[in-house]
Formats: sequence, structure tokens, C-alpha cells
Amino acid sequence: MENTTIQPNDILTKAETLRGTLSTSFRDEIVKSLYSEAEHIARRAVKTAKEKKYDLDQKIDRLVTSPITGLPIMLILLGIIIWLTVSGANIFSNAIANVLFGIGDWGRAFFNQIGMPWWITGFLWDGVYLGLAWVVSVMLPPMAIFFPAFTFLEDLGYLPRVAFNLDWLFKKTGAHGKQSLTMAMGFGCNAAGVVATRVIDSPRERLIAILTNNFVPCNGRFPTLIMLATVFVAAAFPPALTSFIAAGTVVSVVLIGVAFTFLMSWLLSKTILKGEASAFTLELPPYRRPNVMRILYTSLIDRTIFVLWRAMQTAAPAGAIIWILANIHVGDSNLARMIADWLNPFGLLLGLDGVILLAYIIAIPANEIVVPTMMMVYMGAGMMVNGPGTSAGIFDLLVHGHGWTMLTAVNLMLFALLHNPCATTIITIYKETKSYKWATVSVLITLGTAFLVTFLTASFARLMGWVI
Amino acid sequence: MTSKKTTPPTEHCDSCPAFYNLEQMGFKIGNFDRVVALAGNPNTGKSTLFNALTGLKQHTGNWPGKTVTRAEGGYQFNGVRYKLVDLPGTYSLLSASQDEEVARDFILFGQPDCTIVVTDATALERNLNLVMQVMEITDKVVVAINLMDEAKRKGFEVDARSLSRDLGIPAVPVTARTGDGIHTLLATVADVISGDIKTKPLRVEGTPEFQKAVNELVPMIEQIAPGIPNARWLAIRLLDGDSKVQQALLSGDLAQRVERQKQADAQFSRKMSVEGRQ
Repeated sequence: MENTTIQPNDILTKAETLRGTLSTSFRDEIVKSLYSEAEHIARRAVKTAKEKKYDLDQKIDRLVTSPITGLPIMLILLGIIIWLTVSGANIFSNAIANVLFGIGDWGRAFFNQIGMPWWITGFLWDGVYLGLAWVVSVMLPPMAIFFPAFTFLEDLGYLPRVAFNLDWLFKKTGAHGKQSLTMAMGFGCNAAGVVATRVIDSPRERLIAILTNNFVPCNGRFPTLIMLATVFVAAAFPPALTSFIAAGTVVSVVLIGVAFTFLMSWLLSKTILKGEASAFTLELPPYRRPNVMRILYTSLIDRTIFVLWRAMQTAAPAGAIIWILANIHVGDSNLARMIADWLNPFGLLLGLDGVILLAYIIAIPANEIVVPTMMMVYMGAGMMVNGPGTSAGIFDLLVHGHGWTMLTAVNLMLFALLHNPCATTIITIYKETKSYKWATVSVLITLGTAFLVTFLTASFARLMGWVI
Repeated sequence: MTSKKTTPPTEHCDSCPAFYNLEQMGFKIGNFDRVVALAGNPNTGKSTLFNALTGLKQHTGNWPGKTVTRAEGGYQFNGVRYKLVDLPGTYSLLSASQDEEVARDFILFGQPDCTIVVTDATALERNLNLVMQVMEITDKVVVAINLMDEAKRKGFEVDARSLSRDLGIPAVPVTARTGDGIHTLLATVADVISGDIKTKPLRVEGTPEFQKAVNELVPMIEQIAPGIPNARWLAIRLLDGDSKVQQALLSGDLAQRVERQKQADAQFSRKMSVEGRQ
């Protein structure tokens, strides 16, 4: 029986010989007969009544994906969503901030009344609770409006049209056309965008898509952009225009992010990831009537609560750390102030300041909470404000209390757009590439870009004499 | 089709959950009796069907390529517990991108008791290519003709009986979004698994030389990888010179493949039930 044992090689040789007995195009013949069989069966089973109604989808598509009207329509839709978010969030933001910070005042007073030691009161209410209050009041309102609107477009079937409009640009940069789809996913969540790159079969093009995904702001970073655009940029214009200016600013920031995606994809495919773009087909699904209940569920439970919960988990310890740093006194200063002072020269070089960099370092695990963390450092450093959390309160605190200029706001927006991926995304990149090297490269590329761009804008603004 | 004891008396029973003893079991898939895979082209509504059956809220989206990993959930139907595996959408089982490989490996080596291929009623011809490729791999296939409402709106009519007859496997019209036809689908799946419905999948026969070549290779493959469920398909792939299959064969991987996939599945299920989300 021994000599009948088959070795793997025997099978391969056998297959090789047998292949010789077949006509060279046998594979094509099989595929062809498969296709023609499918065609026959389908023709027998499907009855087409009339060629009607069919063309409404096509008419819309001709408009939405046309080389002339496609991109403007895309921008208008993005503008509308962001404008809705900006003007809607404004209404809720102040109310939520008033309630949450009111509860904080009440809690602090209550703890004082029952004679709690100062450090317990401080740690809990000025540290942990304040961190949570900032995150909720800055992030919740925009998310609760932006997510349902985004999910609506997704369910409608608009995302593949976006991909269709942009894929030729990606191909020009040497990247895969489907990167337009993974980039669109990145607006939802960069970690999800990185996972979505699995639809790209070329490893080279997939890496480009992974490394550049972070250049579009995720849902977690939108609130920061919206808040900065509303409180600072728009504040320089007449009140009637505020919401439009703010929305326009955010759209511009998004476009800058897309521009950097193209630029970096092009650079990568010309340097460390050389190669040609491969061809692919992209299917445009039919438009479908979105299901309202499911949109609300997905966007509010799966996305809003999920993102908010994640932010809160980082904000609570971040608040605690800031409170501790601000309450360890060294001479007549404290640790938080000392670190911020030490970082300050570097921060100023980038058009930011030491406190922003300190907040950024503390918030590394979930860097979409940079702005809330920064607020806590400013307040933790001993500043009291009127109406914290409201637009006026924030403006007052930053501009009058800490010397912010338009440059600080603009550069912080650029920094938030370009800086390194959050911890979850970095871990996802490592998991998807199974390589520490590429995970590190993704951090270096983004961080390097963020430093370089903010440094250049700051230098330019100073050179022009706009700021000191 | 043979008469089925589980078939409801009227069509209206389809929309009545009390009638068909469907219990959505969400992530509770620790103990299951049967494994059912959901395959199909991208954007045909696999995840929508998955959610309707399991009661889970796997994110659905109207764009191809949304599901790149697989999701698992459970449902109970007429007292039998099923584990349902939602696979990434794929046009073909022959190509190489990662999401498509997930689907192919599961159908090949995961040994599902039945595979539901979800098809888009408005683009049946293109969808049938995948159906026929899955039929090459396994006998236990049911076609779900989804998006019947959309087809109707566009003026199509799909004759499920003609399709069943031609393919040699049951084809069930459904509208996953509203739940229409789901009961019939589940009853059909149950009957295919139990053998009450005998399938006779249409397969491309090819030339006599081709048939002879396949028939010579199949016993050799079965000898080297005992218990491999799809020797015929692998034989065709080898004749075609598929380098991945060749490599798997040489490294002895093929022989362990079935075992490995089982372990991977068990591990995945454990992870799902612990974490509750992917």
C-alpha cells in the first residue's frame, strides 16, 4: 500500500499533464459558457414590462456624476450639511453648556457644604467632571445633527457617486480609484476607513490609501473644527453671516484635507510606493429610499453615542491629570503651567501655544478631544470665566485671557486636520498592515505635515505683519 | 419542488412573526445546530437580511464593499438554532482582494450547512455568475432573490420557479427590508439542510477531456486531504494553475485547512460573543 501514497507534487504534475490534454483556452471556454448560461437563465426568468421609470435614476446620475455639475453638487451638499450642523448646534450648545456647568457649580458647592476635603472636591468636580462636561458640550450637539445627515446620504446611495466623481483624480496621483470610497468612509471614522481599504486588491495602492486616510477629518474631529470656525472665524463677520461663514470655513478645511490626500498620495506613489494605478470597475447602486428609523438608530446609537462614549472615556482621566498637574505647586507656579511654559516657544513657532501642545499630549489616546482638554488646561491654570462652554465664554477666555488671535484658531484647525491618527486608528493600521514600520510611517507623515504646514502659515502671517 | 410540511398555508402568514416561530437570537450563538452562510454580490442587501433574521444592528449602507469582514449572529427557526454568517460581498470567487478571500474561504472550508446567495432582482444576470460559482463548490445552496420591491418599481418581474428549475436549486423571492418572503426562505433552507429538498445544481460540464481530467484529480486530492468538501472545485483550480491553491497543496496547508477554518470560526464566534461588536 505504501507505494500508492500520493505526494502533493504528484498531484501538481498530474494536473500539469492533464492541462496539456485540454485546449489552451479551456478556462475561457468555461467562463464563457458560465456567463452565457447565466444570461439564458436570467432571460428566461426576468420579464421586463416596460422600459419606464428606469430613467429617473439615470437622469439624476447624469447630473450628479457629470464632469461639470458633479463636483459643484458635491460641494453644495457638503455645505448644506455643515451649515445645518453649525446653525443647529449653536442652539443646543449654549443650553447644554449652561446646564452641565451649572450642575458642576452646584456639585462643588454641595461638596463644600458637607465639608469634603478640598482635594476630593477639586479632583472630582474640577478635574473629572469638568473634562466630561467640556467634551459633551463641545461634541454632542454637532454630532447629533451631522451624523444623521451623513447617514442619510450614505443610505440614499450617494457615497459611490462621490467616489465616481473623484476616482480619476486618485488615478492621476497614482493611487487606486477606490481610494475615493475609503476616503469617504474616513469622514465617518478613520479607523473604519483604514479597514475599508481591504476592497483595494493591490497592496501598494492599499498602503497609500491607509497612510493618507487620516487627512480627512473624522466625525470626532468635526466638532472641533465647527466650534473653532463658529467662535473665531465667523465672529469677525456680521452676525447675520455667522453661520454661513462658519460653514464655509469648515468646508474649506475639508477641501484642504482632500487636497493633502491627493498631494500625499502623489508623493508616496512617486517615492516609497512607486507604481502605476490599476484599473477597476465601480458600481453605482440604485438610489434607495432611506429608512428614517434606521438612520436615527445608526447615527445616534451606533455613531453619536459610540464616539461620545469613547471621548468621555479619555476625557475623564485627562481631566483628572490636568487637575493634578495644575495643583502640584512648585514655588509660586504649578506643574501644568511649567510644562506649558516650557512648550510655549515651540508652540508659538507653529502659531499655537504651550497649553495647546500640552493638551494635545495629554489627549493623545483620543486626540479629537484636544479642544476640550485645552479648555480644561486654561481653566485649570486658574482662570475663571463667565458662562463657560458658551460661545461668548470661550471667546472671552481664549482671546482676552490667553491672547489668542485669528492665527491661533486657523492653525489649530489645520493642526487638528493634519496631526497624527488617534490611537485606535494607529492600532488599526498596525493590524491591517501587520507592520510596525507602516504604523510608524503613518504617524510621521501626518505629524510632519501638521508641523510643517502650521509652521509655514505662522511664519507667513508674521512676515506679512498680520500678527506679532 | 417536493411538498414541505413547514410551508405556510397562505402568503399572508409570511408577515406574521407569531406564525413562523422565528426567534432572533442576536449574539447568543454559543450553541447552534446549523451554520448558514450569506453570500452575494456587493450591495444586494445581505446585511439587511442578516439584521432581519438575527435582530442585530449590523451597519448597513447603500454602497458596495461596506462589509469587509464577516459578521455572525443567530436565529432560531422551528426549534432549530442557526448560526448565520454574513460574508463580504463579492462578484466572483476567483479573484484576490482580501474581502473576497474571506467569502471564498468560508464557503470552501467553513463547511456551512447551507449557503444563501442573496441576489439583486434588478440585476439578475450579473448576480447569477456568483450563484453558479457557489454551486460549483457546494450542493447546499438557496438563492434569495432580494429587492423584489425595487424590481417591481422598475417594471421587472422575476419568475422564481423558472429560476429554480433552470438552476436546480430553490430560488425564493424576498424583500429583506420589509421581511416579505423571509419565512419561505428559512423553511426552504431548513428543508435543503434536512434533505427534504434535493438540489441538483446546474454545473458547467465542459468538454469530455475536461471532465476526464477533473475525475482523475478528484480522488487524488481526496486522498491527500481527507474530508475536504470541495475536491471538484480544487481540481478545476489546479487545472487552471491557480498559484494559491498550488501553494496550499505543496505546503500541506490544504490538508489542515478544514480543521484550521473550524478553529478560526470557533475563535471568531467566541470573540464576537464576548465583545459584542467587531
